[in-house]
Amino acid sequence: MRPLTEEETRVMFEKIAKYIGENLQLLVDRPDGTYCFRLHNDRVYYVSEKILKLAANISGDKLVSLGTCFGKFTKTHKFRLHITALDYLAPYAKYKVWIKPGAEQSFLYGNHVLKSGLGRITESTCQYQGVVVYSMADVPLGTHILLRYKRPETGDSFANSSQVQLKKKKSAYTLENILQGKIWPS
Amino acid sequence: MEGQSVEELLAKAERDEAERLQRITVHKELELEFDLGNLLALDRNPPTGLRRAGPTPEAELQALARDNTQLLINQLWQLPTERVEEALVARLPEPTTRLPREKPVPRPRPLTRWQQFARLKGIRPKKKTNLVWDEVSGQWRRRWGYQRARDDTKEWLIEVPGGADPLEDQFAKRIQAKKERVAKNELNRLRNLARAHKMQLPSAAGMHPTGHQSKEELGRAMQVAKVSTASVGRFQERLPKEKAPRGSGKKRKFQPLFGDFAAEKKSQLELLRVMNSKKPQLDVTRATNKQMREEDQEEAAKKRKMSQKGKMNSAPPRSGGKRKGEHHQGGKRRK
Repeated sequence: MRPLTEEETRVMFEKIAKYIGENLQLLVDRPDGTYCFRLHNDRVYYVSEKILKLAANISGDKLVSLGTCFGKFTKTHKFRLHITALDYLAPYAKYKVWIKPGAEQSFLYGNHVLKSGLGRITESTCQYQGVVVYSMADVPLGTHILLRYKRPETGDSFANSSQVQLKKKKSAYTLENILQGKIWPS
Repeated sequence: MEGQSVEELLAKAERDEAERLQRITVHKELELEFDLGNLLALDRNPPTGLRRAGPTPEAELQALARDNTQLLINQLWQLPTERVEEALVARLPEPTTRLPREKPVPRPRPLTRWQQFARLKGIRPKKKTNLVWDEVSGQWRRRWGYQRARDDTKEWLIEVPGGADPLEDQFAKRIQAKKERVAKNELNRLRNLARAHKMQLPSAAGMHPTGHQSKEELGRAMQVAKVSTASVGRFQERLPKEKAPRGSGKKRKFQPLFGDFAAEKKSQLELLRVMNSKKPQLDVTRATNKQMREEDQEEAAKKRKMSQKGKMNSAPPRSGGKRKGEHHQGGKRRK
């Protein structure tokens, strides 16, 4: 078990910042305690100082896990974010996508979400943006990257997109005309 | 008056005596078992006093301890005493209680090379006498060790063998041979020991005494030899096609596990700040799309004007205006 090096921290922050942006500093600097990232067997764990001190008493080869696993570093030192990090990413997510109950099951089994399965989406989400996927009951399901999404190209896009949001609630078919493309998992 | 006082004194003395006796005599239903070698007293009386005591049996416990200790001391006073340097000392008997092992049972050691060989071949050690008759000195000498029976280094006359160099020192040769044998024996002993403890021996420059070494071992020995210079191998030349050794860099040093948490937090926040500052505030795709849209609108407006003018000058109106190509699909078209 050891702290992350500069390089590893940078790679990990870049990945996480895709989903939560500058809210990442709220994870680093928390008012209710000192939390830190530690690397153990190529996995990154987010753990409070108190638990870290207890875990230091366990020998490295016997220690399985500590705190919350955020993800792991692959052999070529890329950071892969795990689902166990969702509890910490969901509250700080910048761009959210809500999917319909019908598409939810298909999504949980690893399939793509089509435009017909999309319920709501945060305005001003742009293409290739990392989003957090929610079910209609506001339960976070996972994280993804939004592909081939085009917002309505009119002058006052802000106002229009809010109108679009409202329209979505009435009927989903209007949305189909506006949104194009698929939402692919990351 | 005096008689009374004398009587009083006597009575008092008697009372004191009784008290003292009472203090040192303890009544127990069952006698205690003593192991004076370990200074142990075993009390098998049922602890009725303690049971009756209640939540805080402190006083009862103390009384019990005091009584039992008194009995033990009484037993100690009955031991044979002696005087050692102005101190009266009681000699304790042998302990009768058998104490359990302090350390676990030792593991069986791995067999040495000779033992393995002997086991394979079925060789059993022959019983030999310790002393051997030595003709030369005319007395019984040891088989091996100090002043042994047949020590060839101690001979005063050695015939030069037929094929040897006449100027060679035969005595020195024998002494040299003995030294080599001793060294070899020592090496084997250490190797057996290392095998038993699964440790690595610091080899003499990585070279094997008899020369049978694998390629990897020779490579390692060569690397060690290269680095064993005053400048730690920096100016050692390599052969033309020789490759640089793998893994010869410095070992990576990581931050300690509980370093300074505040410093760690600060450096991470700093890293985040730098990362955010590097990101462009302007969303490039959005900006370019907006620009292209504006250009398209301008072009469309111009064309409309031109076509209107053209219309007024000549032919009937075309269905200008909304042409498919001009409809807003800026990003897609440009892609």
